[in-house]
Amino acid sequence: MAPLLEIEDLRTHIRLRSGVVHAVDGVTLHVDEGETLGIVGESGCGKTMTALSIMNLLPVGGHIVGGSIRLDGTTISDLDHEAMRRIRGNDIGMVFQDPLTSLNPTMTVGKQIAEAVLLHRPVTKEQAYDRAAEVLDLVGLPRPKERLGEYPHQFSGGMRQRVMIAMALACEPKLLIADEPTTALDVTIQKQILELIDDLRRRLRMSVILVTHDLGVIAGRADRVAVMYAGKIVETTGTGTLFVNPRHPYTEALFEALPEKAAETREKLYSIPGAPPDLVHPPVGCRFAPRCRYAADRCRAEEPPLAGDSFGHDFACFFPVGEEERTGARRSVVTDRLPEPSADGSAGGEVQLVTEHLVKDFPVTSGALLQRRIGAVSAVADVSFEIRRGETFGLVGESGCGKTTIGRLIVGLEKPTSGAIRFGDADLTRSRGREYRRQRRHIQYMFQDAYASLDPRMRAEAILQEPLVVQGVRSRSERQQRVAEMLDHVGLPPGAIERYPHEFSGGQRQRLGFARALMLSPDLIVADEPVSALDVSIQAQILNMMRNLQRELGLTYLFISHDLAVVRYVSTQIGVMYLGKLVEIGPADQVYLRPAHPYTKGLLDSAPVADPEAERAKVRAGVTGELPSAIHPPSGCRFRTRCPLAEEICAEVEPPMRAFPGSGHLAACHFPLQPVLADSPATAVQAP
Amino acid sequence: MAMITPPPGSSLPADVATPVDLAEPDGATHLTAVEAEELGLAPAVKPRSLLRRGWEVFAENKLALASLGVVLFIVLFCFVGPLFYHTDQVHTNLQQVLCPPSGSHLLGCDNVGYDQLGRLMVGGQTSLEVGVAAAIVAVLFGTVYGAVSGFIGGVADSFLMRVVDAGLSIPYITLIIILSVAFHPTKTVMIFVIAVFYWLGVSRLIRGETLTLRTREYVQAVKVIGGRSRRAVIRHILPNAIGTIIVQATFAVADSIIILASLGFLGLGVQAPATDWGSMLSGGLNYLQSSQSYWWLIYPAGIAIILTCIAVNFIGDALRDAFETRLQRR
Repeated sequence: MAPLLEIEDLRTHIRLRSGVVHAVDGVTLHVDEGETLGIVGESGCGKTMTALSIMNLLPVGGHIVGGSIRLDGTTISDLDHEAMRRIRGNDIGMVFQDPLTSLNPTMTVGKQIAEAVLLHRPVTKEQAYDRAAEVLDLVGLPRPKERLGEYPHQFSGGMRQRVMIAMALACEPKLLIADEPTTALDVTIQKQILELIDDLRRRLRMSVILVTHDLGVIAGRADRVAVMYAGKIVETTGTGTLFVNPRHPYTEALFEALPEKAAETREKLYSIPGAPPDLVHPPVGCRFAPRCRYAADRCRAEEPPLAGDSFGHDFACFFPVGEEERTGARRSVVTDRLPEPSADGSAGGEVQLVTEHLVKDFPVTSGALLQRRIGAVSAVADVSFEIRRGETFGLVGESGCGKTTIGRLIVGLEKPTSGAIRFGDADLTRSRGREYRRQRRHIQYMFQDAYASLDPRMRAEAILQEPLVVQGVRSRSERQQRVAEMLDHVGLPPGAIERYPHEFSGGQRQRLGFARALMLSPDLIVADEPVSALDVSIQAQILNMMRNLQRELGLTYLFISHDLAVVRYVSTQIGVMYLGKLVEIGPADQVYLRPAHPYTKGLLDSAPVADPEAERAKVRAGVTGELPSAIHPPSGCRFRTRCPLAEEICAEVEPPMRAFPGSGHLAACHFPLQPVLADSPATAVQAP
Repeated sequence: MAMITPPPGSSLPADVATPVDLAEPDGATHLTAVEAEELGLAPAVKPRSLLRRGWEVFAENKLALASLGVVLFIVLFCFVGPLFYHTDQVHTNLQQVLCPPSGSHLLGCDNVGYDQLGRLMVGGQTSLEVGVAAAIVAVLFGTVYGAVSGFIGGVADSFLMRVVDAGLSIPYITLIIILSVAFHPTKTVMIFVIAVFYWLGVSRLIRGETLTLRTREYVQAVKVIGGRSRRAVIRHILPNAIGTIIVQATFAVADSIIILASLGFLGLGVQAPATDWGSMLSGGLNYLQSSQSYWWLIYPAGIAIILTCIAVNFIGDALRDAFETRLQRR
């Protein structure tokens, strides 16, 4: 049987002022009926442009300049707008990345879905609304009939993505294109959405193209995978084969850059040097050659064709890796291991930072002038932990759990409602004025979005010198020397001081932000999602850098992230937060391998792993439902509304922190998944 | 090397080329200066100043360049012109009332016998002086007021802004008429009268700008390194609001010229023998209905006002781009 979608030698160009971007350059692929094809690659590799070419929804200046796209035997790439409009939404549905901006905030959800139906089907308005309710039910929205009349802002992020999927499915398309459908969502919601897409595909016998940068997402959901690099497909094969035996050096490098691969050994991550090529002037020969560790002269002169040795496994490389090579000598990977976290958990030295019963409520006010207080968002509720010198304390949780607020409280960007933050001998919440400003230099903050944290009107030099100026380093030469030193530390060339933030790439900006945090020789760096906006290969560069500097300069990190794999890779201690509460804390390996709190376990099960076997094994695990409102948090244990083990006591009594085997491993649960060590209630601070 | 980074909010897909990341894989291998230069990272020549780079962006806008030429011409015409084209703009001369353009009076004369071309120069001086001075006063005061209000926030902000609301709720023409009647209308008074009305809008705009800038992470970063609020405002908020401020200032110039013209048109502007373009229009209006066409009483002053205001607005537009660091290239 002919495949549902066949793309042959597709070429898409985007005309910009600066030149023509060869966004898609000779892509050939096919999607069979009922299968899921995953397209992976780093940002800028052309995967989204491929998807948009199929829909003929290219941005301004974008044109398909060559090749053909056939859907069900009909060539759709040369259809006019009118004909294409009939196919869009009817035969092909699309789900975009950001459900917040893809829905019209001024229209009810029902109307938006009904609109899609009315456009393509000869139905009455009532029938269209009935269909809307039907598809909303299909995507697992409770009470669909009632919710038809609601507006997008009344839905949560996950629910909105469900609505988007419902909209895409309204006309029963044969093909669903999902472009990074879960990138903006939390892991627990991500798992639910991916499961939904998978389930619908089977029930509706659709084909799915899943575009993503996340190898973990692909692993569990795709039947076949196409790996894209610089506008071309470099490797394509069945998911299982790809993950076991990648043949293209780029695919291999992507896998090796994943922090979860090195989570147990804590070896240095392999990071692909440099960045993807400029697609205005693509390099001659193999496009990966400049970053490839196996590249030979032939690679730089000649372009390798996409061909394979065995059926169904194609790759574009003259010197493929995998199979033969793998059985022989292992590649020489730099092996320098992190100092193993010692068995008793006191990897670091003395206690450096202590938070005691930290509470932060954000008032909810109404009224313009008199600002009546009508409630409070409980962002952080009674959190106590300690960080020892030289360790990396990882703080994980879904968005809205209060982890960022804790970071901001510690660096002084917010004032706690109550509780204390002690650093060394000083209580940071009590000091004021000059003394306060002096203390500030010991704790520095690394912002999530480095670009936003750098003044666009300042050169790198001024940005880096500012902390020194503020802290009273008068000598200009001393400041310049220190700047040069720091640039060298973070791996930026000396010439970088002349540049403005917008003249750096994403990875370089993160380095610059880190350099600024280091300027005052701090003891503790609070890093808020430092790598979440970066591609895998760049992420590996930054993580390696942070780790090197930790050793060289004896830094302590508070590492805040939603990415469990990254946190596990960098952390010695881990704290898991849920809705303002610290629910579990302990040595990294303890928490990951023997989680005591059901939430920790659910989070771990939800996080996609780049291993098809493991991904397929954990069916139906993970956390169900969504995060409750922090204005009216549930009584007792805050997790009880989503907990599979919850009983009556959970709603009545707030569980105390209890100790578990493995030193310093505490969790707050009435029905823990691990045997309790000593049955004495304890708090994090009092524990050994 | 020209690096084109799409401005934020542009519809460019994220999937298109990003600047080249030249950083090495780990902290161990560092680029030498020479290597960096080869890769286009280090500037090969001495970096040009911010002003110079801003000018280059400005110069790319041909419309703005032409406008700059127009404004320069008008300024020279008004202030240098009288040195070459001598006319009596103090004493009326009833012998040449309403004389049409001729060799001795290039643009004819008005209803009391002043030479029209010479009057255009003198009136232009008033219009430009009042326009620029009123704009400077209004923008300076409005910026400080707005920035303080926005940065302090809370109850003080609410109070300060209600004052502005109250001011804006009075129909401005009424306000200005009252003020110009209460004081004898000289140039200085007119500057004050226009500024009193105009700063309200400016302060509201700058307050809004400050509110957004205040929450920017680079302003918060000052707090993390132990800096004071003063530093945040002076080093980070104001420089980043400069684009808005400058653009507001240029628009304020154009608006002030128009407000002055409207007042002059109503007969409430500067009093004879001094004049401005608006008063000239007003004087010509009486003869618009007559059977004979006195075009030289209306068109020169009208065109001068329109030309100046359009040119200044175009310059303001181009200045906004010029102050946008992201659009500057190396």
